[in-house]
Amino acid sequence: MSTPSAPTSPGPSVPPVPVRAARPARRFVRRPWRLAAEASALIVAVVVAFPLYWMVLSAFKPAGEIESSEPRPWTLSPSLDSFRRVFQQEEFGRYFVNSVVVAVSVVVVSALIAFLAATAVTRFRFRFRTTLLIMFLAAQMVPVEALAIPLFFLMRDFGQLNTLGSLILPHIAFSLPFAIWMLRGFVKAVPEALEEAAYIDGASRARFLWQILFPLVFPGLVATSVFSFISAWNDFLFAKSFIISDTSQSTLPMALLVFYKPDDTDWGGVMAASTVMTVPVLVFFVLVQRRLVSGLGGAVKD
Amino acid sequence: MRRATEPAASGPARGADAAADAPAVPVPVPGARTGASAGPGAGPAKRSRGGSPGRPSRPGGTGASAGRARRGSGGWTPWLYLAPALVVLAGLLVYPIYQLGLISFLEYTQAQVSGGEPTTFQGLGNYAALFGDGEFWRVLLATVLFAAACVVSTLAVGCALAVLLTRVRAVPRLALVLAALGAWATPAITGSTVWLFLFDPDFGPVNRVLGLGDHSWTYGRFSAFALVLLEVVWCSFPFVMVTVYAGIRAVPSEVLEAAALDGASQWRVWRSVLAPMLRPILVVVTLQSVIWDFKIFTQIYVMTNGGGIAQQNLVLNVYAYQKAFASSEYSLGSAIGVVMLLILLAVTLVYLRLLRRQGEEL
Repeated sequence: MSTPSAPTSPGPSVPPVPVRAARPARRFVRRPWRLAAEASALIVAVVVAFPLYWMVLSAFKPAGEIESSEPRPWTLSPSLDSFRRVFQQEEFGRYFVNSVVVAVSVVVVSALIAFLAATAVTRFRFRFRTTLLIMFLAAQMVPVEALAIPLFFLMRDFGQLNTLGSLILPHIAFSLPFAIWMLRGFVKAVPEALEEAAYIDGASRARFLWQILFPLVFPGLVATSVFSFISAWNDFLFAKSFIISDTSQSTLPMALLVFYKPDDTDWGGVMAASTVMTVPVLVFFVLVQRRLVSGLGGAVKD
Repeated sequence: MRRATEPAASGPARGADAAADAPAVPVPVPGARTGASAGPGAGPAKRSRGGSPGRPSRPGGTGASAGRARRGSGGWTPWLYLAPALVVLAGLLVYPIYQLGLISFLEYTQAQVSGGEPTTFQGLGNYAALFGDGEFWRVLLATVLFAAACVVSTLAVGCALAVLLTRVRAVPRLALVLAALGAWATPAITGSTVWLFLFDPDFGPVNRVLGLGDHSWTYGRFSAFALVLLEVVWCSFPFVMVTVYAGIRAVPSEVLEAAALDGASQWRVWRSVLAPMLRPILVVVTLQSVIWDFKIFTQIYVMTNGGGIAQQNLVLNVYAYQKAFASSEYSLGSAIGVVMLLILLAVTLVYLRLLRRQGEEL
């Protein structure tokens, strides 16, 4: 959120205008209260960030410090041992690549399909349009997990078990309804006049779609992609159920669980692998966070 | 819905142009900045800025749709655009749902899967077996209570922090928002392992700080559920916080000024002005939370190691998974899936009704 920089500081930059003299009620916060509020905001921020800090810290701690009964919130001798263990694990690099392949395929394919569908439902009036929209909304509620059973048989019948396809295909389907719903706001925001102007200038429908509308909606597509990216990247259930015998097709969550054994967990390894898995999502999130929030508004909106 | 959530889009954009915008237009003219100003970069954020403050009452939305209706149906074009989506959804969503229902009426175990025995139609036999099983009711109750606890805690934390965000200056706000974004972005599985590690009886910092010795959080039924709940709240409150905060920020300041000029107390402003204006947003985040928390799988599966000691921490999703993939009772697993589907369908219908009542234009 880039908001924090400006809004509530009433700021000297605002020229004194008589009408604005009475500030909104929420700005009538007395000083001690505001200090208390700010202190608690900072404390909450520390608490919320602590698990992530602990994860990264533990990933860099040498083995002796992790398995110590006096855990300290710092380390004086950071080491890369845990990361080394993670990356030396048989096929970790391969799992990472697999995860990337799955996530990127899902993002690209579902973004294109959702863009077309969102254009159809916002730019045209046709029979069953409202019905379709309600169905897209309802489809978001379907418990993906419950469908693991029939999907398992479907993938088996198409010989897709133990392939990345068995992870990609379902995630495309499950991310579509939300993506379409969210993209509608972005497509709607492109003025009708632009479309009319394009047709008057002799552009074909396809040309308008790909050369005018697509670039304009692209930021929205990126925001939408975060959600399909996350759902595909985080997928645990399908990876566990559909990749049963061919571990060369496994993805990161499975690799992470290798280090995790109920009685004898290699916490350093788990934390290092968790860090490796979390960082790409964090980066993606930070890159698109602005769009994300405005996109959420759009999705929630209408 | 429209009015209060639309500004949610405008929240972030506000920082950029609020200063320039506000003094110039003390009483915003509806539509003054709509339409043409929605340039490529600004997209929906800019557009809604123009629309929202001007219409504090009810969302119109008629202007835009009238224009679209005029442009006609486009014949087969919309269906052409929709075709890929419909094909994918039909094949990978609708058909599996049909299959799920079908399997739940069959006798379908390992023998049938491997082709050793023919599948037989069971009618409601699987459901009878399921409903006759005390464990199912125990799991169902646990699922509902656990989801309810998650929803209530998430909403309470999210809303409280959203209000807190409006009371603080830039630096603490940035800190809190960044921390929340981090929690939001963390994958469910890594979040689960990290929280498990934090509460680890041997090496976790929490037990040290609280002086609990080697108390195991995952041993007891309630403490295990409580631990999962903490993780769930941690990773899902940011959505509520960010959305509600954007909603509060988007309430036109004129409305609050008017209330303040009329001598309304802070509490009165909250109760009579902000609460009603935020209601649509609250409905959305509540229902989203219900839907998410009812379907929790990864956290329970990882943190309680597949359902807890003696299955004490099972929720419906994990129960269905265990039935189907661990004990090869695919038909029973499917029946549980159907029950979940029906419960969520009911929630969805409530959702749609509420949207309708708010005058949503689809």
